[in-house]
Amino acid sequence: MMNDMPQAVQEQTQGTGRRIGDVVLDLQNISLSFGGVKALTDISFNVREHEIRSIIGPNGAGKSSMLNVINGVYHPQEGRILFRGEERRRMEPHMAAEQGIARTFQNIALFKGMSVLDNIMTGRNLKMKSGLLANALYWGRAQKEEIEHRVKVEEIIDFLEIQDIRKTPVGALPYGLQKRVELGRALAAEPSLLLLDEPMAGMNVEEKQDMCRFILDVNDQFGTTIVLIEHDMGVVMDISDRVVVLDYGKKIGDGVPEEVRANEDVIRAYLGTSH
Amino acid sequence: MSDRNGLADQAAALDTFPRLLMRHAAVRPDRPAMREKEFGIWQTYSWAEVARNVRAIACGLAELGFKRGDRLAIIGDNRPRLYWSVAACQCLGGIPVMLYQDAVAAEMTYVLQDAEIRFAVVEDQEQVDKMLEILPEVPILEHVIYDDPRGLRHYSQPMLKGLDELQEMGAIHDRNHTDFLDAEIDKGASDDISVMLYTSGTTGKPKGVCQTHAAFIAAATGAMGFDKLTEQEDILSYLPMAWVGDHLFSFAQAMVAGFTINCPESGDTVMTDLREIGPTYYFAPPRVFENLLTQVMIRMEDASALKRKLFAHFMDVARRCGADILDGKSVSTGDRLQYALGNLLIYGPLKNVLGMSRIRVAYTAGAAIGPDLFRFYRSIGVNLKQLYGQTETCAYVCLQPDGQIKLDSVGKPAPFVEVKLADNGEILVKGPMLLKAYYKRPDATAESINAEGYFMTGDAGYFDEDGHLKIIDRAKDVGKLRGGSMFAPNYIENKLKFFQHIKEAVTFGNDRDCVTAFINIDLEAVGNWAERRGLGYSGYTDLAAQPAVYELIRDCVEKVNADLAADPQMSGSQVKRFLILHKELDADDGELTRTRKVRRNFIAERYAELIEALFEGKQTQHIETVVKYEDGREGRVSADLRIEEVKTFAPLAAKQAA
Repeated sequence: MMNDMPQAVQEQTQGTGRRIGDVVLDLQNISLSFGGVKALTDISFNVREHEIRSIIGPNGAGKSSMLNVINGVYHPQEGRILFRGEERRRMEPHMAAEQGIARTFQNIALFKGMSVLDNIMTGRNLKMKSGLLANALYWGRAQKEEIEHRVKVEEIIDFLEIQDIRKTPVGALPYGLQKRVELGRALAAEPSLLLLDEPMAGMNVEEKQDMCRFILDVNDQFGTTIVLIEHDMGVVMDISDRVVVLDYGKKIGDGVPEEVRANEDVIRAYLGTSH
Repeated sequence: MSDRNGLADQAAALDTFPRLLMRHAAVRPDRPAMREKEFGIWQTYSWAEVARNVRAIACGLAELGFKRGDRLAIIGDNRPRLYWSVAACQCLGGIPVMLYQDAVAAEMTYVLQDAEIRFAVVEDQEQVDKMLEILPEVPILEHVIYDDPRGLRHYSQPMLKGLDELQEMGAIHDRNHTDFLDAEIDKGASDDISVMLYTSGTTGKPKGVCQTHAAFIAAATGAMGFDKLTEQEDILSYLPMAWVGDHLFSFAQAMVAGFTINCPESGDTVMTDLREIGPTYYFAPPRVFENLLTQVMIRMEDASALKRKLFAHFMDVARRCGADILDGKSVSTGDRLQYALGNLLIYGPLKNVLGMSRIRVAYTAGAAIGPDLFRFYRSIGVNLKQLYGQTETCAYVCLQPDGQIKLDSVGKPAPFVEVKLADNGEILVKGPMLLKAYYKRPDATAESINAEGYFMTGDAGYFDEDGHLKIIDRAKDVGKLRGGSMFAPNYIENKLKFFQHIKEAVTFGNDRDCVTAFINIDLEAVGNWAERRGLGYSGYTDLAAQPAVYELIRDCVEKVNADLAADPQMSGSQVKRFLILHKELDADDGELTRTRKVRRNFIAERYAELIEALFEGKQTQHIETVVKYEDGREGRVSADLRIEEVKTFAPLAAKQAA
């Protein structure tokens, strides 16, 4: 797939086209267990500003748990999380959202009966300031605000090239497009850190290529830092700046794609011995 | 701005597109010239704004070194700024060359080389990538200017420039040197080449057709007068800019009449945009009309029984009298009342859903349109008409006049156009809209324009008793039966293929006593038909051989014969015998081209024994053929094919019956 891409995109995927900044998220010695089951054991890694950071690993390796730790759904028993240099105490998902962290889900979590437009609009939720009554009556400040939000949402629709399904109920869309709409909703929150949980699961090759392009474009145009979990090795190696590899809740590899690809432990655990 | 308007007013003759544009900016500055849907909202550009933008782009191009006579490649969807680039190029005395935006990079190489393109204005990253890819083969390319900067931020090639930046640069230039562009426009002459359109090149390399300002202005002016088009029209511009039809409708006619063109949001939203705009003037190839109708029919089948009944009833009424009402013929009061009620309940809402409520004139061309399809739109009150023309004639030769619509003719010669027939039936055309030349191909130019100045279309046709032109076939395919009557295989095959049960047909008859045909049934349509009647079959070969299927097809062929008999020119070439082939004609076996056109000679060779059997009048014929599977393996199919006779009609009797 890399060979088909124009040179500029290749440069960019190798991280030379874009300035990667300081560490924004630092996870130190994270351990998480549910009763006697250890989901994560002593994991440390960091995420730098503007980079695409992937977490990979076989089924049950603890990838989704890791993502849930980052946006405050799970609270690790041990370890420290520093977000923009500040140590984070107990945090709830809505606090993460307020800090500019948005996410998509492995199993699509959209409102099936609502249109694409309305679904993406819900992503603006945190940015809506006017009260319930004003909004219900579409009066005063609510009116101006609604228009501003709609402009933003239309920009996202344009960005994701989904103009033709703007008014279509999400439930009527094929899976690949629903995934794109979910990305749209996450983008509507204008996040600085975007967490994507298997954005390409269950897609065909063409849909995967489209999604890759959108992820790269988001990263490039909005400067959004992206942490993504993915099964598809090819995709991960193509678009990531750095990759963390988990296996049975432990970190077994961390580095740029070439390093990870050459790592013996990773080859054994994840890629299989034939590789 | 005011003295610029003054200048435009002084320009006595509006004989070039830049002059027309400046004129519109002066006399109707605030009327909408273009609309484009962006971010979900229709954005409007007035004629004054368009003129200002065109000036800026032109000055920007000039600053980059664009010279009089240079060619400017323009590649992308129908975007206002690409249309502006066309006009800007013309202001500088350059020649715009539009390319099909879907073409892969390698296919663009030839045209860019042939036209010696130094400057290209392209829509987006996709097109920029193509330009960069073929740069080694087109080293002459110096500047690539892009409309949409998305994804191009890290492209560092110095040859790339954003249209925004170019326009800004140009606007400053225009302010500082007000006279520059007006002087350039003044230098333009009506017989300068205004545009170069490449023919699709089904035979050999594409050729650049050079058309002058005068040619396109004549074609546009003629059509406007013919259909009484005004500045009030709205048109949806969604067909490729590289195609002559779009250049005529969306550029030339809009520039001449001063009406509004509307650019859809994206290729996928055309249907929605059509409904929102409700164009008054519309063009689409037959397949678009067909898709629309199919969608309607599918949705009708899911409707409630009552609605289906209403629909069926009023469609019957429409079929009976709709087209006549549209043509202004006399229709009984009862039918008129029924039709009015139908209009309220069915046709009106249906047209609204199709986005056709406001249509005054709609055209189709490019391929044969099925009579049922054509009749459907006319019967619900859409003034759908056919036209005939080619790239070399600005798509302007014949038009169907209002009130005189015939299903199988393309109408009368358009204003300023002279049409005559050569001895072999080839259509010859003369008029102001003829091409000036093929670019750098004097040999091809000489071949296509004869000594008397007629363009030889390569199509064969004839005039019917009312002076309407009928196109029958490519001239080289037309032959004669031994009895002397004309034999136009395509014409008969098209008639056969309009039946949904017939997928392909190949007719034979040149230098023979009568006409015979091979038929391919449409597996889906005939399969459905068989299922409904409880006919069992195991596959194509089995189904094709069933007596009931033969009967079904014979009915179709007989209808075609009756139709042919009614036509004095064609009555001799009725189909006498036919057989249904045991396999589908297939491009993998070399029987069809990749674009699904029949390869007549190949088939005649391959199935020579079948053809002989048809003409000898045998009852059955054994045939064994080698077929290639998609994986390259070969297999054999053999069958005993039945040959059936079909009833033919005496020319006069049929006429009375019809």
